[in-house]
Amino acid sequence: MVLRPVSIGARIKRREDPRLIRGLGLYTDDLRLHGMLECAFVRSEYAAGRIVKIDSTRALQRRGVVAVYTYDDLRGEVARAPCAARMDETRDVEHPLLADGAVRYLGQPLALVVAQDRYLARDAALDVDVEIEPGPCVVDPLAALEPDTPRVYRSLPDNVNVRIPPEPEALAAVEKAFAEADGTLSLRIVNQRVAPVPLECRAVVADWQEGAQKLTVWISTQVPHQAKQQIAICLGLSELGVRVIAPEVGGGFGCKLPVYAEECLLSWVSRRLRLPVKWAETRTENLMNTTHGRGQLHDVEAAYRRNGELLALRGRIVAEVGAYASYLGGAIPTFTLLMYPGCYRVGACAFELVNVYTNTMATDAYRGAGRPEAAYAIEMVMDELARKLGIDPVELRRRNFIAPDAFPYQTAGGATYDTGEYEAALDKALDRFDYSGARAAQAEARSQGRLVGIGIATFTEICGLGPSSNANPLQRTGTWESAQVRVEPTGNVTIMTGASPHGQGQETAFAQLASDAFGVGIDDVRVVHGDTDVVPHGVGTFGSRGLVVGGTALHMALEKVKAKAAAIAAHLLDTTPDRLRFDGESFSVAGAATDDGAERRMTFREVASAAHLWNVPVPGQEPGLEAVARFEPEGTTFPFGAHLCQVEIDRETGQLEIQRYVAVDDCGNIVNPLLAEGQRLGGIVQGLGQALCEQVVYDETGQLTTATLMDYAVPKATMFPEIELDSTCTPTPLNPLGAKGIGELGTIGSARCLMSAVHDALAPLGVAPVEMPVTTERLWRVLREAGA
Amino acid sequence: MQIEVTVNGERRSADVAPRMLLVHWLREELGLTGTHIGCETSICGACTVHLDGRAIKSCTLFAVQCDGHELTTVEGLANGNQLHPVQTGFWEEHGLQCGYCTPGMIMSAAALLAEHPDPSDQEIRQALEGNLCRCTGYQQIVSAVRHAAGLTSGSR
Amino acid sequence: MIPAEFDYRRPDTAAEVIALLAAQPDAKLLAGGMSLIPALKHRLLQPGVLVDIARLPGLDQVSERRGRVRIGASVTHGALERSRELAELPLFAETARLIGDVQVRNRGTLGGSLVHADPAADWPAVFLALDGEARCVGPKGKRTIPASDFFVGMLTSALAPDELLLEIELRPQRKRAGAAYCKLRQPASGFALVGVAAEVSLDRRGRCERAAVAITGVNPVPFRAAGVEARLVGGGLDAVTLGRALGEIEELDPMADLHASAEYRCDLARVYARRALLAAAERAVA
Repeated sequence: MVLRPVSIGARIKRREDPRLIRGLGLYTDDLRLHGMLECAFVRSEYAAGRIVKIDSTRALQRRGVVAVYTYDDLRGEVARAPCAARMDETRDVEHPLLADGAVRYLGQPLALVVAQDRYLARDAALDVDVEIEPGPCVVDPLAALEPDTPRVYRSLPDNVNVRIPPEPEALAAVEKAFAEADGTLSLRIVNQRVAPVPLECRAVVADWQEGAQKLTVWISTQVPHQAKQQIAICLGLSELGVRVIAPEVGGGFGCKLPVYAEECLLSWVSRRLRLPVKWAETRTENLMNTTHGRGQLHDVEAAYRRNGELLALRGRIVAEVGAYASYLGGAIPTFTLLMYPGCYRVGACAFELVNVYTNTMATDAYRGAGRPEAAYAIEMVMDELARKLGIDPVELRRRNFIAPDAFPYQTAGGATYDTGEYEAALDKALDRFDYSGARAAQAEARSQGRLVGIGIATFTEICGLGPSSNANPLQRTGTWESAQVRVEPTGNVTIMTGASPHGQGQETAFAQLASDAFGVGIDDVRVVHGDTDVVPHGVGTFGSRGLVVGGTALHMALEKVKAKAAAIAAHLLDTTPDRLRFDGESFSVAGAATDDGAERRMTFREVASAAHLWNVPVPGQEPGLEAVARFEPEGTTFPFGAHLCQVEIDRETGQLEIQRYVAVDDCGNIVNPLLAEGQRLGGIVQGLGQALCEQVVYDETGQLTTATLMDYAVPKATMFPEIELDSTCTPTPLNPLGAKGIGELGTIGSARCLMSAVHDALAPLGVAPVEMPVTTERLWRVLREAGA
Repeated sequence: MQIEVTVNGERRSADVAPRMLLVHWLREELGLTGTHIGCETSICGACTVHLDGRAIKSCTLFAVQCDGHELTTVEGLANGNQLHPVQTGFWEEHGLQCGYCTPGMIMSAAALLAEHPDPSDQEIRQALEGNLCRCTGYQQIVSAVRHAAGLTSGSR
Repeated sequence: MIPAEFDYRRPDTAAEVIALLAAQPDAKLLAGGMSLIPALKHRLLQPGVLVDIARLPGLDQVSERRGRVRIGASVTHGALERSRELAELPLFAETARLIGDVQVRNRGTLGGSLVHADPAADWPAVFLALDGEARCVGPKGKRTIPASDFFVGMLTSALAPDELLLEIELRPQRKRAGAAYCKLRQPASGFALVGVAAEVSLDRRGRCERAAVAITGVNPVPFRAAGVEARLVGGGLDAVTLGRALGEIEELDPMADLHASAEYRCDLARVYARRALLAAAERAVA
């Protein structure tokens, strides 16, 4: 047996990093093509109104300005902007690439200026004379549902994108439970709208080659293959003539999952001008016109027994879709419905979902995409119930957890949970936190008048969505992922994955899988992604599916290659595959290391060489050593965790300090702990950001108050203590890796955990729950009203 | 306007428009695209470079203002193939994910360590307040800088 | 985002600057540019000429002699944070450290901050509390503007458009005196939601002999809380006395925005004034 380090499970530093730490990564805006022109958008300064005039005369007179396009130029040339989640076809409305007479949100693109450089393009954009007759607008989603309110679309008098009533059986079960309950609890729960703010704004370079009749589009996107399909559809091109490349992508967090109007438009312009064109979004455009996340308001009622058992949940969820249905925006709130029961045995669940149009930017996926909203709600229900019944919040959760032996568990939300050990994770977190010690210290602090709070969140979420039967046909793809493994004659390995990353580290984690499969070094594996001409097909990276679905596809392809390698080795070693064993590096003949004096052993590299040289043909096999595989997830995975934190609030000013944060997470098996920790830490802070300081704010006229990073508060390094991580491991049986998904896990529980602590800190004052974000003023106001 | 600037040790002469922002000059004219743009309001720090050894935001400076000065960008930080300790720290401690804030982070961290070779975690966090990162939650960045500080003190 | 086109000049002497300003009514002085350049990029300002004064000789000096602190207009916040000359006056490093971030402090200047007169800037409070004087030069020669006359409106200082700020002079109290700056930062921008610079001198029995309280971030124009100062004289600087003296700050005329309502700013002014006074008093006895 050859001993060698096994890379799966090892803290291997990233192979992406050497280029990135030297400033040699290639992001979309870094691209420079010969003759490339730069674009700038003219955007609506009003949230609602009628376009009276768009006059490009002055702009076109500027030297260096090539063209100015408006909707009139697009008429009949392109289709609507891509939307894969049309929730109710009878209420379908189109989002044009450029505004066609009406404007419905601040920053809606009105015209596109093309010029020789970005300075000239910006100058010229300001020279386009726009006249808009402002109209009435509606910004608040509840106001939008009122009668006699301004309409975002004339055709939709109620501003509703979709209304999904609860299932009758669910409703009946809920009503029964409420009738039998010892008590009920009503809460209004708000998840404010936030901006994803990847550090790299969006960017597009489109290059139409007239000779080849080929369009190449570089996009900072999470889903190059979907973008290719959608751009082809929008422009009426064959997909054979469209290639999308996602080069280095500077963060996505869901907002680079939509295929945007701008991406289609740039493609159209390049084809029209037969020249390469670039658009790099500004941060203000990004805050204003890249999809936002969250934006949900729940009115929820819980029925419970005196012993703390949660029986049923019912209510209404109002979700903001914004001024148009973004790519998947309308579907995101359905994940909230699915995950509402969290990690508890809730007997029945019945919610009405109402997606509302308002004159604001569209919402879409944002790290967690519907699940943090659910976790926030159910955990808040737990906290309030604990308070109401005088039961410790930890104990209340214990009483309601789904037991480890109850899996697979069908929830009242409609999900089938794979595995879970919720109490084990909680116990570990409590131990690490020294919960009883912390409670004692809190009592001491309270007796001194200090506002110290301890928060808790125990949660689960859904990752690696599938099966494809649930996918939306308009997305033109199922929920599978692809991988191709190509072994070179040297035995070096090229991997092509459709799970195109944006910071997750697939180049490292996937190389680890190949390294262990074939016994080649990590550095002898190259992971190729993000190019639709090179990677045959793919779906993308979102919903924590990179490893769960993409990694499993790779695992399957690796197994196929290994099987073929075994067949070749068996032939060359004059045996049969079933008599071979692979020790991680070499094939040898079981039980007969030597037969006639010669060692009957072949390394994987020797097999690779033989497969390509083919001087000894292997009957029934083709030359070469490669395989393609697609993994279709038949079920979904449910990672989980238990977080605890401690905060202290300054009585006078409302300033909040996070003093401790302990996170125990369980994402099943881990390929690279270093990367997994990175995902968790980033996710936790992103959730804490929503709780602490982040909010997209429109005024009543639809102007954006948070249009720069001077007003939209992205969390800074100084806001956090060192987060303490620990984990449990409960593998899933649903994929051979046993991996459950990690990308969003941190975000799911952290916002609620912090808010739980805030409310606990304020508990002695007997105040109503505070809403996010807990800005200093918000807390100050609560403290003042409580007479603190 | 004619300017002369030393960039990563190399003297550069150029004729630039007064309104040319330093970050655009570095990226578009010199092809040094490691310096990134993440905002317009001097908040995010993705464009951080060193001007005469001090960290500054190159999106809030005109190229003409640098006439006669010395600039170091992330491309000029390593000594040939020898990574700067901060670069090594970021690699070792997983101080980056998408990599977009990384050049600016590294430049800020390098400036910090040049002045304070052994900063506390709190000092590191304060020194990085002008650099936003959305991926890491900052913790592994703090570890990276600590790692770099260890390397630097070890080499002395 | 991209600024509109402009001409750029970098004169070598103050006299040339003055001549340029006189000749070009749409000229704007550029020092550190930390407020100006973002405004240009958003095209909130479109001056025809930028006159770069960051390198004018003599404006980057900091000195402390016989109780007089002189700070050149182009001294950066970072230089004040690190200044050895001012090492014994912690107020300066303390204030500087709370401005923006490292990179901003390395470019932004004290002079620029004062002349820009942002209502949420930090130095104006220090300048006011220490009864500073601003030395300027213009077409009619040099003049001195006392801090009390310096801030005339929102984003407006007493400096005429054709004048140049050369330096400021401050006279911190030294005998049984201390000064401090306390601030609550706006979470996104780092500007002051409230910033209070306080200086107190104590008599031998520890009672307040003189108090100065200057508040920024609250009103459209930074101000001295004269009533509070008067009420403090002769009393001790304990929490109860302070509470009484700060019960009302007569000058309050608060701004309101996303990050702090008028009401909140008023309350913050009281809280931070107390904190700054206590910190100053602690330094006075130290």
